[in-house]
Amino acid sequence: MAQRSRTQTADHIRHLLETEGEAIHAQASHSNERRDATYAATDDIEELRTEARAIKEDAIDRLPDLIETVREAVEANGGTVYVADDAADANAYVADVVETRTEENGVVGETDTPSVVKSKSMTTEEIDLNDALAAEGIDVTETDLGEWVLQVADDTPSHIVGPAMHISRAEIADLFNERFDPDEPFETAAELTQFARDHLGERITEADVGITGANFVVADSGTIALVTNEGNARKCAVTPDTHVAVAGVEKLIPTLSDLEPFVDIIAKSATGQPISQYVTMLSPPTDSPTIDFDSPDEPIVGEGTGDESDSADGTGDPDRDFHLVLLDNGRTDMREDDQLRETLYCIRCGACSNSCANFQSVGGHGFGGETYSGGIATGWEAGVHGQDSAAEFNDLCTGCTNCVDACPVKIDIPWINTVVRDRVNRSDEPEAYDFLVDGLTPDAEEGGLDPGKRFFGNIGTVAKAASATAPVSNWLADAGPIRVALERTLGIDRRRDLPTFQRESLVEWFEGRGGAEASSRRADQAAARGGGADLDREVVCYPDVYTNYVDVERGKAAVRALEALGVPVRVPDLPESGRAALSQGMIATADEQASKLYAAVAEDLDAGRDVVVIEPSDLAAMHREYERLLPEASFERLRENSYEICEYVYGLLENGADPSALSTGDGAEPIAYHSHCQQRTLALEAPTVAVLERCGYAPATADAECCGMAGSFGYKQEYYELSVDVGERLATQVEDAETVVASGTSCGDQLEALLERSVPHPIELLAPGGRRT
Amino acid sequence: MTVDTVGRFERALEGLEVGLERVSAADASERIERIVEEPAVGAPLPFEGVSLPAGVTTEPTAGDLEAARTGVTPVGFAVAEYGTVAVESTADGAEPISLYPDRHVAVVAESDVVPDLSAGFERLAEGFDAGRDSVVFATGRSATADMGDLVHGVHGPGDVDVIVLEDR
Repeated sequence: MAQRSRTQTADHIRHLLETEGEAIHAQASHSNERRDATYAATDDIEELRTEARAIKEDAIDRLPDLIETVREAVEANGGTVYVADDAADANAYVADVVETRTEENGVVGETDTPSVVKSKSMTTEEIDLNDALAAEGIDVTETDLGEWVLQVADDTPSHIVGPAMHISRAEIADLFNERFDPDEPFETAAELTQFARDHLGERITEADVGITGANFVVADSGTIALVTNEGNARKCAVTPDTHVAVAGVEKLIPTLSDLEPFVDIIAKSATGQPISQYVTMLSPPTDSPTIDFDSPDEPIVGEGTGDESDSADGTGDPDRDFHLVLLDNGRTDMREDDQLRETLYCIRCGACSNSCANFQSVGGHGFGGETYSGGIATGWEAGVHGQDSAAEFNDLCTGCTNCVDACPVKIDIPWINTVVRDRVNRSDEPEAYDFLVDGLTPDAEEGGLDPGKRFFGNIGTVAKAASATAPVSNWLADAGPIRVALERTLGIDRRRDLPTFQRESLVEWFEGRGGAEASSRRADQAAARGGGADLDREVVCYPDVYTNYVDVERGKAAVRALEALGVPVRVPDLPESGRAALSQGMIATADEQASKLYAAVAEDLDAGRDVVVIEPSDLAAMHREYERLLPEASFERLRENSYEICEYVYGLLENGADPSALSTGDGAEPIAYHSHCQQRTLALEAPTVAVLERCGYAPATADAECCGMAGSFGYKQEYYELSVDVGERLATQVEDAETVVASGTSCGDQLEALLERSVPHPIELLAPGGRRT
Repeated sequence: MTVDTVGRFERALEGLEVGLERVSAADASERIERIVEEPAVGAPLPFEGVSLPAGVTTEPTAGDLEAARTGVTPVGFAVAEYGTVAVESTADGAEPISLYPDRHVAVVAESDVVPDLSAGFERLAEGFDAGRDSVVFATGRSATADMGDLVHGVHGPGDVDVIVLEDR
């Protein structure tokens, strides 16, 4: 496998951060904000997403039938359907259509070279259609302005919707001034656009064949739907007498009524527009007259067509020729693959790219494969170009889940990334450093896994050993030669502060202060003082790896806060959640850990105890990924009885507990609060904000997408600079606040490194005798 | 109900910087004449008592189409919610006439303005059943941000006007 080394990856990412990051961030974050606002303003957005998802599930399920249905419909309309097995097959067919058309009717315009105009189509990018047609002596012009800029610049798309997003207006102006040498140099976007309109307008009027993609294909009427803003797709489809539409087979939907939710949602999710300028629904060949600009004095409406070619005859203008090329290229195999199938539901709106903090920093040239980019690209690239293409960029998905709420068809994009990472791990050759981590790694993975991934995936075992030997382990780990070795072998960047392991774990501290019995007494005393809730609850506080061995203080704070509100707590020594393993793509290990953890808390659940979790990513594993790892009843039982700590405190306050039992502010004490990405996806940011407000603080939430740390991601040598770039956006938002709190361990670590001060968990602020920063 | 729907349509069009004018069928021709910039091309208007003004060329040549500043077409229906007009691909050239010139003047009967996208899809389905199975939902002006800033009128019309026939 010709994968880049860590240093090469770091260099590539640094280059993109410097050259393309600024332009990408400006546009992608803007589109994401608009999407967010439009979703919020759309009352039935959840119903729309659910409906769209259901239609796609059904369509992919019935795909072979739909292909036959669309073939019959298009043929009845007077067109042709060709199902292409792969890129070469599709390209050869399209070239043949162009050659046959020009041999029969001659070449339009002044030259003898057959010419094609195209509207934007990622599917034709996937098969490199332009190169294939050029090799056959066919002149191809992209008419979408973004695609045309790329064609002039000999560049590739950096975003599936805004392909030239990485090039600034000034750069386009320089490029065009050099290439086209205008009398007056181009400067404004309006000037550039006017020039493009005129230049491309000529190419369209002289073209022999128009090629479009299709956003959707309605099987039973043979209708292709094109969603655009410029109008070039309409011109490409209507002007030349021959129209070729190239679409992946997954674009098929059964009926016209199935199109409605997609028309309603695709522009909302892509750019935040309520609907796009042009939703072109053509059942070609259409009745629109062909336009021969070679004969400017001929009426475009043929003689007598007004009567004869009655629009209801169903076969369209007799001069028109239409070909629908349906591309397989791996999609049938994806449909058979239980994990990759969901990728086929994708409507290519780019919402996963726009909502992704890493994407906003590097764009699709970093977070993308041969053709596709953004979170869903891992599924597409693995399916159509193979796992190697996906392996190049798959690690850029940190599993933050920001894309989960953005995706209009509710694809679990982080899971697809986890699955492909797991498969990539398993396909690699064993490496020389395996011996280093073998002793630390009681995992269920086969050899060949990257040692760094194996190290982070087994962080619980590492942490346990380090805690047992602290503080010596901390001194050793900070020593210069050790940092060099850690970087070379495990890829841990030496610029990153390592966690400081505590000699006394949370579980040991809890036992040392008298365990469950003492906790029960403390809770009773608090209740007797009148601070308690009107609830008879008991809590198992989950000692996640970081809380147990590194950030023990927030664990103690959680225990104290719960007791002060009258709730007795237990802190048993529980297995890892599997979150660390999942983030490294070690699904078998995570699966085992999920089972062990469930078994370990089953009795507590049966006894009616609530599981309270401090680290949001561990709670997210229980609430999201466990659905795939545990039997349904076990998953539901744990999900229904597990809570984020501040969510739980909120519930206690709502049920009569007295906030004054906690450390309260003066009513208006400003603090900056950064929630955690996965916590936001679970809709658990609001309870923390509410608790802080109830307790006399005035929290302001940061709207930056992510802290950039994402567990192990920011430790990795190749991603350190990207992690800091993403983190700086958050740090800038919160740096003026006197107090900054964050729910995630790694969010707090990143902010502490960037702000150079302490960033505690909100519960540390709230706990009796709470700590101030 | 209809009045509210047209009001909603008008507000949506305002947000898209598209003008809306309500006229009676009897006054339509004169009003269209005032709006169009010549040279103008058009597709015949199928509304009773409404005809295109003399300055609008029907059955245009390719040359007429290329030179035209304004294209006038009927639209099958309109969706108030989004300010959308449904341009049908008819044999008289409504699709290219609405697309090539800088300005599109869309003429719609008030009774064909439907409240929302669902109602629009019902109308669309009725049309499909009757063989009118190629339709463009056009909403506002052609636009692009690909050259680094939002610009209107890139390939399609940069100006759009809608005429609602109050008594049709």
